[in-house]
Amino acid sequence: MNKKIFLDPLIDNNPISRQVLGICSALAVTVKLEQAFVMTLALTFVVTMSNIIISMLRKYIPSSIRIIVQLTVISTLVTLIDKVLAAYMYDVSKELSVFIALIVTNCIVMGRADAFAMQNNMKDSFLDGLGNGLGYGSMLILVAFFRELFGFGTIFDYRILPEMFNNGLMLLAPGAFIILGLIIWAQRSLTAHVEE
Amino acid sequence: MKNKYIFILSITIVCGMLLALFSEGLKSKTIFNQELDKKKNILETIGVNVKIMENDEIMNYFNDNIKEIVLDANGVEFSNIKHNELEIVEDNITGELTYSYNGVDYLPAYISEKKNALIIPVSGKGLWSSLYGYFALDITNYSTVKGITFYRHGETPGLGAEITKSWFKTSFIDKEIYLDNQLQSIIVTKAGQADKSSLYEVDGISGATITSRGVEVLLKRDLLRYEKYFRINK
Repeated sequence: MNKKIFLDPLIDNNPISRQVLGICSALAVTVKLEQAFVMTLALTFVVTMSNIIISMLRKYIPSSIRIIVQLTVISTLVTLIDKVLAAYMYDVSKELSVFIALIVTNCIVMGRADAFAMQNNMKDSFLDGLGNGLGYGSMLILVAFFRELFGFGTIFDYRILPEMFNNGLMLLAPGAFIILGLIIWAQRSLTAHVEE
Repeated sequence: MKNKYIFILSITIVCGMLLALFSEGLKSKTIFNQELDKKKNILETIGVNVKIMENDEIMNYFNDNIKEIVLDANGVEFSNIKHNELEIVEDNITGELTYSYNGVDYLPAYISEKKNALIIPVSGKGLWSSLYGYFALDITNYSTVKGITFYRHGETPGLGAEITKSWFKTSFIDKEIYLDNQLQSIIVTKAGQADKSSLYEVDGISGATITSRGVEVLLKRDLLRYEKYFRINK
């Protein structure tokens, strides 16, 4: 059971390819692999921590104000990350700052807090958060891999393809849409999943 | 019913205290980072390789080699004011920074005698955000570009944010801003369309035409503000 909570969001119930959540940031920070990695770490931390905290408080949160409480917890975590990055990884923080702040609005974080952590114990919520963070991140990294490869011809800034193959479309949002669409298509044909 | 208010109040207080604690605790480190980053960028415009230097080395190198100067509206050096005494106001539409002291406008600049360079701060609008940077000129002719850097911006990583990448910055080096004694500035073309033999054109960024245009506009505008000083000292 526990294993399923963690593994499910990685592939079968992936927040991006299956639930189609958190698309905005998947379009924005997938131009380069390095940014996709930092974003993955930051989001995984936030969703895991917020799941744990919300799950810890779940019996005390009055249901009429639960969204406000969740939002307060999540935005506090995000601001903390932003501050820590600015103090210890200044260069990364300079490049990603605006997207880090936008984790607050990522539907996956609030979605998991409200749909899972409010009903489940801390251990399961922790696994669910970790699974969803990494599930989101794996898609981000997959998309970033193709965009960086075909857009810049590099992988982690290391040149793979000659510059003449660079495709500017890959660097723009439509490039991410197309790649994401292809991934979702591939996954759904493999699992024969149909939206009801 | 009452519970609700007590609950949200205590959550807010705990979160607020946590944030205040982190913010205060990390403040000195963050300010140091910002200060260091500015100095790094200034040194980078004159070709100092700051990547291989330790933080202390950068601070010392800056203090030993860079002189801060303040210019008045006529481009004459004015020695009674220090940089940190200038009040900075940003124009929200153009991103232009004005520096004033007691209501009178001045212009800050840096001189490195060792590298024969004058460094001026530049700023303006990109696509989403204001771009802030430094631009260095050779003081033997006030025309040859020594370098350019951007230390703060909110452009899209991989697109507009490429202005901070070395390929873009190095393309400015050794270009000229004066053509037949007229301030021409640097033209940022569309990606890949710059005439490689021209001394006045550099390639823009593909997928970030507006940011590239922004760089062109802000350079011309800020260079014009310093032109009187160039003319006097030429």
